[in-house]
Amino acid sequence: MARDAANREQFRPDDHAHDHFLLTSVVGSYPKPTWLNRADDLVEDPDSSFDEDDLDEAHDDACRLITEEHERAGLDTVVDGEMRRNEMVEFFAERIDGYEFNGPVKVWGHNYFDKPSVVEAVSYDEPWLVDEFEFTDDVADRPVKVPITGPYTLANWAFDEQYGDSEALAYDLAELVNEEIEKLVAAGARYIQIDEPALATTPDDHAIVGGCLERIADGVPENVRIGLHVCYGDYSRIYPELNEFPVDEVDLELCNGDYEQIETFADGEFAPDLALGVVDAHTAEVESVEEIEENIRQGLKVVPPEKLTISPDCGLKLLPREAAYQKTANLVTAARNVEADLDAGEIDVPVRDAATADD
Amino acid sequence: MTERVATTLGLHPLPDWAKDELSDLKGHQKGDLVDGDEEPEVRAAYERVREELIEDQRAAGLDRLVEGQGRWDDFLAHPLAVHESVETGGIVRYYDNNNFYRDPRVVDDLAASGDVPAELDAATGLLNDDESLQTVLPGPYTLAELATDEHYGDEAEFLAAIAAFLAGEVEALPAHETLFLLDPSLVTDPPEDDENERVSDAVDTVANATDADVVLQSYWGAHEEKTYAHLMDADVDALGFDFVAGDRDAHLYNVTEFGTKDDISLGLVDGQNTAVESADTVAERIDWVQEQIPSQTFDTVYATPNTELAYLPVSTYREKLSVLAEAAEIAPETEVSA
Repeated sequence: MARDAANREQFRPDDHAHDHFLLTSVVGSYPKPTWLNRADDLVEDPDSSFDEDDLDEAHDDACRLITEEHERAGLDTVVDGEMRRNEMVEFFAERIDGYEFNGPVKVWGHNYFDKPSVVEAVSYDEPWLVDEFEFTDDVADRPVKVPITGPYTLANWAFDEQYGDSEALAYDLAELVNEEIEKLVAAGARYIQIDEPALATTPDDHAIVGGCLERIADGVPENVRIGLHVCYGDYSRIYPELNEFPVDEVDLELCNGDYEQIETFADGEFAPDLALGVVDAHTAEVESVEEIEENIRQGLKVVPPEKLTISPDCGLKLLPREAAYQKTANLVTAARNVEADLDAGEIDVPVRDAATADD
Repeated sequence: MTERVATTLGLHPLPDWAKDELSDLKGHQKGDLVDGDEEPEVRAAYERVREELIEDQRAAGLDRLVEGQGRWDDFLAHPLAVHESVETGGIVRYYDNNNFYRDPRVVDDLAASGDVPAELDAATGLLNDDESLQTVLPGPYTLAELATDEHYGDEAEFLAAIAAFLAGEVEALPAHETLFLLDPSLVTDPPEDDENERVSDAVDTVANATDADVVLQSYWGAHEEKTYAHLMDADVDALGFDFVAGDRDAHLYNVTEFGTKDDISLGLVDGQNTAVESADTVAERIDWVQEQIPSQTFDTVYATPNTELAYLPVSTYREKLSVLAEAAEIAPETEVSA
């Protein structure tokens, strides 16, 4: 079952202006500055003197830049935009023993990734994210969220040449994620997000994802917030089962589908906190503040404000950077406006009313 | 004697240079995908893609050559995604895969568009005299399932309209040896009750538009009995089975209970895993399936991957093409021992 999500209050800024607090966050990825993409190319160029040390420095600069950009947008919790990561599976597969790479494959349109192949039993070598977290935490004034690609996705978005049983592979990977989280918590991390977009591809496997999350959350202190991000699927196939997941928060893409699926969750029983996608991550058109306020109100059909987190649908990395920034800034402004309206008693909270009616 | 034909289900992966070049030319957003009215540079890139995808098959030694469908950004939904009576909506998941396509919302009458025939005309121009063209299209049920109807307002009418649209495309095709209709939705989301009969009629509509051999192939599972029984009424030359991800016992049960066509297509090479089968293994699998159906001597056995090939990295995809071609060349065990 869901964990005690009372740990959200630690993210309320000291100078927060409203009684209500809609925690604002991002899923993680963010457009890379053009110069960073050039740096990635340069380090591959044998004629260039630009080397790995230079690239590390460029990554540091980019992480600093995007973390500060998130703070400037007003987010309560920030990420470094995953500037050091090429892709959500590749990045981890490069750090976990047992994977190899054979070349890029299509996801959609002209978006590709180097889908790895698992060719032997997976195992833990060096920490994956501790250095990255410590750097960002040092740069940031706001709390830092750490997105980690979940074991179910790491298992299913790879070609399995070894296990022949994706469940066994996922559980092995879950143990490695648990080991990584232990190190992150020791380094001071308090907000971990497990990204499991693959759950939407094979929703009947929700019990396996649940099994993975049990292994991941094992021994993680209650004051550490654990979120789960899922996107682009038929959610009726994973609800109400997701109420049993041992997480504090579930983050869902719903804006892309114009909230057609919101009713799936509006039964008054949604157990974890809801992190609601309120801007589309795949259209460069920036939603207005008013439009986002309407989207936020959709979330109140599912959870009361004290359980509602505001987030984009998904990682924003494919957007032009200006659009990504403006969407993020508008998202924060809209959240603050809705908080003010809630303080003033001007907004109905349908889920609360529905619960009262049932009592 | 049974002829063994090595071929694919189309939708081949773009060469890596084309992945880079086309993403630079077109972009990464929903609105950047093909709409049937591409810029000259984009068209030129796709022409080079087509040449290379055909050359890949030629080099591997396949018996039928497909155009490769490099332009099909939206997988099997492509023929609608570029249609003028269709508006593309949000991106939606393509079956239970980490792949997406734009939701094609049909908003007006569907007439033949000529998009697929134009691709096949171009492919024909690249073939040598001794090479045979194979066309690949979605089956009508699958295309209807992938789309959203905002115009016809009736499920039966919509399916019939999709079938008529596909038939119009097929009529405009250049000469082709085989037509593969890919119909995975028939197993992932099977038709119910009376719909089964309508599906069989819809397949007839498309199949009757060509003189070529028609193969209706499904994947990611096995047909329900009722669906299979109705498909046996369809006017096609072969049904295709997924012997990688599908339940082989369920396939063989259907074939034993209801029979199958004079030809058969076997999905034997995993289109979604980089582990490369050996040609001997694939040849043994062909023998094995034939041995399980002793009541029948097939005129033609098609040896194919179980799915489209766009899921694979280019290096693995090319290896698998060679495996298929080589496996079809290996003589059946019974003939070797005779």
